[in-house]
Amino acid sequence: MSTVAYITMRGLFGRRRALLLLPLPLLLVGLALICRAYDVDPQQWGQAVVLGLGLAVVLPVIALIVGTGVLGSEVDDGTIVHILTKPLPRRDIILAKLLVAAGVSAVASAVPLFLAGLMADGVRFGLALSVAAAAGALAYSALFLLLSLVTRRPVLLGLVYILVWEGLLGRFVSGTRVLSIEQYVITIADKIAPTGMLDAKVSLTVALVMTTLFAIGGTLYAVNRLGSFSVAGETS
Amino acid sequence: MTTVASVPRTTSAVELQNVSRWYGNVVAVNDISMTLQPGVTGLLGPNGAGKTTVLHMMAGFLSPSRGTVTVDGAPTWRNPGIYRKLGLVAEREAVHGFLTAREFVTACAKMQKLPNPKAAADRAIGLVEMTDAQDRRIETFSKGMRQRTRVAAALVHEPQVLLLDEPFNGMDPRQRMHMMDLLHKLGDEGHTILFSSHILEEVEQLSGLVQVIVAGRLAASGDYRKIRRLMTNRPHVFAVQSSDDRRLAVALIGEKSVSGVEIEAGGLTVRASDYGSFTRALPRIALAEGIRLRRLLPSDESLESVFSYLLEA
Repeated sequence: MSTVAYITMRGLFGRRRALLLLPLPLLLVGLALICRAYDVDPQQWGQAVVLGLGLAVVLPVIALIVGTGVLGSEVDDGTIVHILTKPLPRRDIILAKLLVAAGVSAVASAVPLFLAGLMADGVRFGLALSVAAAAGALAYSALFLLLSLVTRRPVLLGLVYILVWEGLLGRFVSGTRVLSIEQYVITIADKIAPTGMLDAKVSLTVALVMTTLFAIGGTLYAVNRLGSFSVAGETS
Repeated sequence: MTTVASVPRTTSAVELQNVSRWYGNVVAVNDISMTLQPGVTGLLGPNGAGKTTVLHMMAGFLSPSRGTVTVDGAPTWRNPGIYRKLGLVAEREAVHGFLTAREFVTACAKMQKLPNPKAAADRAIGLVEMTDAQDRRIETFSKGMRQRTRVAAALVHEPQVLLLDEPFNGMDPRQRMHMMDLLHKLGDEGHTILFSSHILEEVEQLSGLVQVIVAGRLAASGDYRKIRRLMTNRPHVFAVQSSDDRRLAVALIGEKSVSGVEIEAGGLTVRASDYGSFTRALPRIALAEGIRLRRLLPSDESLESVFSYLLEA
């Protein structure tokens, strides 16, 4: 593991912010467990829990917490300077951060989604949700990493994307779905394991191409932004 | 601008050529050219003068709006390769507090891709006298200890150029003395050290060489004592004690280079319009009058005087 990734991991799990990763996955698995325990028909709770909570909230919010935490907090408190004053290609720094963000987000969201999918429809649905969540985690992480470099309020902007763009506009304005990572995740999971619980609104081609575009485009732009990272003087 | 040629030029480690930096309509740095020589140089100026902007441009964290900033001929902006030769101790104190000092400095050594990061970290931590506390998490450190840890991290790869923004902030007097000794030593070894400060005593103790920035412009550059002597529009003030102050005052007032003499309890305060002429004339006059000179001190050659004259100019 690179030193940048090591510092990033230590920073992520050495702060209280990491505790924010726990409640949502626990809530997701807990709700699925309760429904199973009371023998509720999965067709009644599956969509609400898996889609409404798991894919629309747990995955993007975890990716937002982690994605902005790996770089945004270092930019905020100025510790990024210690990494930037090293002869490291900016590409390596971004890739290390992206690897940590996508990896942690994928694990923190794919595991509870797998368990919820398992309880809702079986192993295949659980695996489909995990794979789709991992792809979504990569795309979200690239986006939120980039937001950390283009705005001083990456969390706010990320929430606007999740709540307004994906949550609100995604429901009523069909054109916005082409730029919605949530829709790509739904399509990928639905194509791997069609269950009727997920309603894919974009084609698989669009989902795969756009997920790749978000991941690669976001990363390339972030590398470019980090290359011209400026520090504002406090006394100048 | 007042410039004094000081040390003979060897390697031009850091060079600014006609550098300006503006933010919208505000000009923060205005057409500055300077070359930093090996040794310790103080970057001096009042708050808001543009010191930090200049340091950030040297460190590659700001692009000049106009002009070029180079380290050993290579531009600093968008060029991470310069950090093999350059170390920076920024003004902002943030450090990865969840790491121990040893972990932090070793991580810096690894990111510098040094062949033996642990040995390099041990050496750097030893240099700043942090060996005893190296296994404590940085977040438990005092301000001064954090500062020393940051200096160790900046020195771990033995950079040719070290830039420090207000490096003595938060240090107690003993730590301050030690840091001054360390910077002196590094300067004597041929490193190019530039440190910014608005505390004149620090600059005076650490370095004779100064770059003075006032309102975004380079107001003076070189040894501040020599800069003072070049300010011919300001009378030089000398404290003189002799065997007969009153008679010496009478004799001095007739000298062309003397513009004023005050007789005080402890001796004379002489204002001379020309430094060279006065210092040559004084022994001649004293000899002719049979007066013994006991003390002759230039009393406004302190950095404080030079600085205040530059600010008033």
